[in-house]
Amino acid sequence: MSVGLVVNPLAGIGGPAGLAGSDGAAVQREALRRGGRPRASSRAVEALRVLAAAHPGAEVLTAAGAMGEDAVREAGLVPRVVYSALASAAASTSTSPDDTARAASALHGAGATLVLFAGGDGTARDVARGLPSGVPVLGIPAGVKMYSGCFAVGPAAAGALAASWTDGTLPTVEAEVLDLDEERLRAGRPDPRLFALVPVPSAPGRTQARKAATPASEREAVHRAATGAAARMLPGVRYLLGPGGTTAELGRVLGLDTTPLGVDVVEDGRLVARDVTADQALAAVDGRPAQAVVTVIGGQGFVLGRGNQQLSPRVVAALGPHPLLVVATEQKLIDLAGRPLLVDTGDPALDARLAGHLTVVTGPATASIYPVSAATAAPIEGDPECV
Amino acid sequence: MSLPIAPKPALRRFHQARWDEPIVFELHAPGERGVVPSRVEAGVQEAVGDVVTALPASLRRPVAPALPEIGQMRVLKHYLRLSQENLGADLNVDVGQGTCTMKYAPKVNEAIIRTPDLTDLHPLQDTETAQGVLEIVWRTERMLAEISGMSRVSLQTSGGSEAIWANISMIRAYHASRGEGEQRDEVITTIFSHPSNAAAAKMAGYKVITIFPDADGYPDVEALRAAISPRTAAIMVTNPEDTGIYNPRIREWVDLAHSVGALASYDQANANGILGITRARDAGFDVCHFNLHKTFGTPHGCGGPGSGANAVSEALVPFLPGPVVEKVGDRYVLDGDRPQSIGSVAPFYGVIPNIVRTYAWIRALGAPGLRAVAETAVLNNNYLMKRILEIPGASAPYATGRRRIEQVRYSWQELFEETGISSEEIGIRAADFGMHYWTSHHPYVVPQPFTLEPTESYSMAELDEYAAVLAEVAREARETPDVVRTAPHNQTVHHTHHDDLDDPERWAVTWRAYQRKYFGAGAGAAAAAGVAAVEASVSEGAAA
Repeated sequence: MSVGLVVNPLAGIGGPAGLAGSDGAAVQREALRRGGRPRASSRAVEALRVLAAAHPGAEVLTAAGAMGEDAVREAGLVPRVVYSALASAAASTSTSPDDTARAASALHGAGATLVLFAGGDGTARDVARGLPSGVPVLGIPAGVKMYSGCFAVGPAAAGALAASWTDGTLPTVEAEVLDLDEERLRAGRPDPRLFALVPVPSAPGRTQARKAATPASEREAVHRAATGAAARMLPGVRYLLGPGGTTAELGRVLGLDTTPLGVDVVEDGRLVARDVTADQALAAVDGRPAQAVVTVIGGQGFVLGRGNQQLSPRVVAALGPHPLLVVATEQKLIDLAGRPLLVDTGDPALDARLAGHLTVVTGPATASIYPVSAATAAPIEGDPECV
Repeated sequence: MSLPIAPKPALRRFHQARWDEPIVFELHAPGERGVVPSRVEAGVQEAVGDVVTALPASLRRPVAPALPEIGQMRVLKHYLRLSQENLGADLNVDVGQGTCTMKYAPKVNEAIIRTPDLTDLHPLQDTETAQGVLEIVWRTERMLAEISGMSRVSLQTSGGSEAIWANISMIRAYHASRGEGEQRDEVITTIFSHPSNAAAAKMAGYKVITIFPDADGYPDVEALRAAISPRTAAIMVTNPEDTGIYNPRIREWVDLAHSVGALASYDQANANGILGITRARDAGFDVCHFNLHKTFGTPHGCGGPGSGANAVSEALVPFLPGPVVEKVGDRYVLDGDRPQSIGSVAPFYGVIPNIVRTYAWIRALGAPGLRAVAETAVLNNNYLMKRILEIPGASAPYATGRRRIEQVRYSWQELFEETGISSEEIGIRAADFGMHYWTSHHPYVVPQPFTLEPTESYSMAELDEYAAVLAEVAREARETPDVVRTAPHNQTVHHTHHDDLDDPERWAVTWRAYQRKYFGAGAGAAAAAGVAAVEASVSEGAAA
């Protein structure tokens, strides 16, 4: 089981500099000017040392120079370089998102069965972009923004997972790749989108948001939650199926060809419209009994306003007094570690109305009552280095 | 001058015994016998006749069982060796089995339950000839009623989950008797209540609503307010929860349930921290249960048969599982004629040896002794918590900084993020020091969890020893993580293959299944030879 590594040499540079991210050449220059230091390579070395302890002298497929080769060497492993950034390895400050995507593609082409990457959400997105769907990835957390579910909890955990992967013993689970537009984040309006669902190797406790007993039981838990939501869907009601892994499973339970990353309109077991915009969604539900079926997206606990912006304030307001059918595994709630679910529709009055407690469907005969807050009212917690 | 006996190191250099002992069936040696009975004398044989054919056909085996033939001494060695390959509660500092710690089960009670007066009893004999044991059951019920504040008790269930099942079954029967069975289809529990509450409610056909802790780590009363409705059949909660946190608003929870006509069920399986201090009925609960094997000093789980006690308020008495022991005049009788009873949930009248042990345990301690048990258990727990929280990387999430009752669910999350060593790996390494360790029920709400419960049985020196082991393993996780990652090093079995446990094709829980699945259909030859030998010896006996 060959492991490939790609490092985004610039990941994380903007975090300590207070720049809410590291995307774009101008921000990177400013980060360097403010004394920002890239940390992705050192985090990758930390992970690889754990892999090296289990598999001394192992060969790791990677990209030249700062994009992986250096880290592999420093950890005492053997690099096999399968990609070189055009600007040459020496010019480490001028790699681009396309380099990450091309490197990921080259790693896959050279036979990597797992693509390790060191970076943040932006890097995750570029890696996913470079790979055909279904190729397992695992993030070594090194970025500023890490909303995605494909990161290990720390570099050492990533290394341990990679070691078990090399032993050929790990199953995978599906994780979300989310990224937000940093310029809008700096303007105080985070707007992350769900870019992809990727397989991630899983061992209990070693990936963020992955602590179920076994991956099999986690897949089963997603299925049970989706089955529970299906059982609660009433005839004559128009449902807006939001994006996400659990709502995608609901589509499969209903036997419908829904879009995992978009919003679909469903009524009486029929697919009325696929992948609608906010305006189309509004037209579809206006004046009818309707509900939005949403799930918890990313590690921060958002049910509205992250990855499902098609469900705009006007759409949600048009859904009546009980606008949401929330479906998620119990584990998603556990992963919030006591923090409330969040809504951020862009309309503070609507958010205030939605705040309180929500019923979250977790299975055919199970649900949780869970607190929900307006995002503006609740500080968003997370890795203090990252957010 | 050197000491004649070397001083012992601070941490034990434990090593489990390895005997490579075969499975008992593999010890089969045709012709070997544990006991060879004397030949029956001719006069006796003549007087009695053919005993075997005199037995009714339904009691006769056509084929003798394929049991291994082994000499007595070899059997004794076999089981003693197996016991040495075990890490039992009488050997290790068992506080790592939080929520289920084996407290000390006094050996004098083992002597009591092994008297022929008890071992010769049969559950179907005339109750007139079993008055003594029925009196013990009756008296134990009354003592547990006093301890819980409830009106009546049933001791029939043979385990905690069975007792929880009886609780929800009584609740279901109660609502049905009032014509509200259809309307009330929801049960509310908390995520830190024992998961058997949610499981039993689901088994009974209810929809289960789970409540998470509030921002301070306590059961969220506002979430309960949002959850209760005329559809609520019951709240089913553990208190203190599995975190060791006592719900300070428990009365409010019960009142909220009652305000919509629901019942309140209290999981007191583990009442170690509250004996003689709080009573379920005083907090308004309608029903509760105890595990005799967690609170009242009886053996437990694989260490012996479990036993449950259901205690109920007056309104639920008609629904108690049965039969129940009644006192009529100065005689004890079994009353099975209770039309509203949920019926038998276990065979006969409960696990009699455990009821007798419980009776002896309570009588030996008396009321002040029970309270001393609770106070000591709480003191032990808070002392151990202080020692554990001194270990860098360990924490006690939820209601941080507050005291806990009888146990704590700790977290190694900080250590895990720093070293990549998980709680499971720490537990496996702890066994190398002769210590048992457990993480948590699933799901792991506390990340990288471990649950410690000292009970009243363990001394300060033993708690110090346990904390020192965990401190050492945490140090190893930082400095020599491979030692932890590749543990155990001092055990007879390295890592077990869990894959086999997930695959019904590979399960082999009997010797016969093991032969069939792993050696093929024809491989039962050894066992078959055993059968033939036994058959031969039986027919020889019959002919004699």
